[in-house]
Amino acid sequence: MSQRDAERVFAAPWEAKVFALQQSLLDAGVFSATEWAERLGAEIAKDDCRDDAEGTAYFRYWLKALECLIAEKGVASADNLTGLSADWLAAAARTPHGKPIELTLK
Amino acid sequence: MAHRHDTDHGSHMSALEARVRALETVLTEKGYIDPAALDVIIDTYETKIGPRNGAKVVAKAWLDPSYRDALQENATEAIASLGFTGRQGEHMVALENGDGVHNMVVCTLCSCYPWPVLGLPPVWYKSAPYRARAVQDPRGVLADFGIALPEETDIRVWDSTAEIRYLVIPERPDGTEGWSEEQLAALVTRDSMIGTGLALAPEAAGA
Repeated sequence: MSQRDAERVFAAPWEAKVFALQQSLLDAGVFSATEWAERLGAEIAKDDCRDDAEGTAYFRYWLKALECLIAEKGVASADNLTGLSADWLAAAARTPHGKPIELTLK
Repeated sequence: MAHRHDTDHGSHMSALEARVRALETVLTEKGYIDPAALDVIIDTYETKIGPRNGAKVVAKAWLDPSYRDALQENATEAIASLGFTGRQGEHMVALENGDGVHNMVVCTLCSCYPWPVLGLPPVWYKSAPYRARAVQDPRGVLADFGIALPEETDIRVWDSTAEIRYLVIPERPDGTEGWSEEQLAALVTRDSMIGTGLALAPEAAGA
């Protein structure tokens, strides 16, 4: 295979995680493949000018599409997700560098 | 909580990472996902599924006329018979190059791609310029990839959807008579199976 085939699948761990979450929800039947493609397409289309030639924005569209679909399907609201993100950032800020960051749900 | 020794420096987490953690937390909490299963999915796509799968399909099609027919007849089944199944490969169509026809695949909507045979799409496949130009100016795109086809070649561009995924079967390079399936597979690049490349010439295989 050529060198170009050897490029990395995910640029960062969070990209891999978003991908795996989407796959799991598809398997669980939370949404269909067609619903996903339509939603992802819509997110990409919305932000099209910011999608650079490098395609670095790609998994950010995945994350947005996933957050929207989850809210739409009544799994978790946008407010719920925003609150949890803030909790994670706060947990990170109080965790000494090098220690695993953990969040205890109230 | 324990007393904080290090009052200045917490750990860094980006806003994106926090959003992903929030998703994972809520989905685990509600029983939609199993965190251990996530790692299995990631490992599969990072190490086990990739264009080498597709290369085996192409090499077999070059060598075995009955397999080639089976691929034309029902690509999903023919590909599954080699053990390549799964997400985004449910409805496969094989597009054979040759006889003055060159096939090229794009997803203008997002990034639909035949994962079981090619893995996850490369960065350029997902980019706006490729998605737009593949349809409007396929020859220009091919030129960017260093491919110049004869004037009279009919270039057909196929737009993938959530329902149908395409695998291009490139032309078998000359000078490969008597080659084994494994040797042939080494000539089949990912790009040649998307249609933005050709199979490598025998000299390029470094065999």
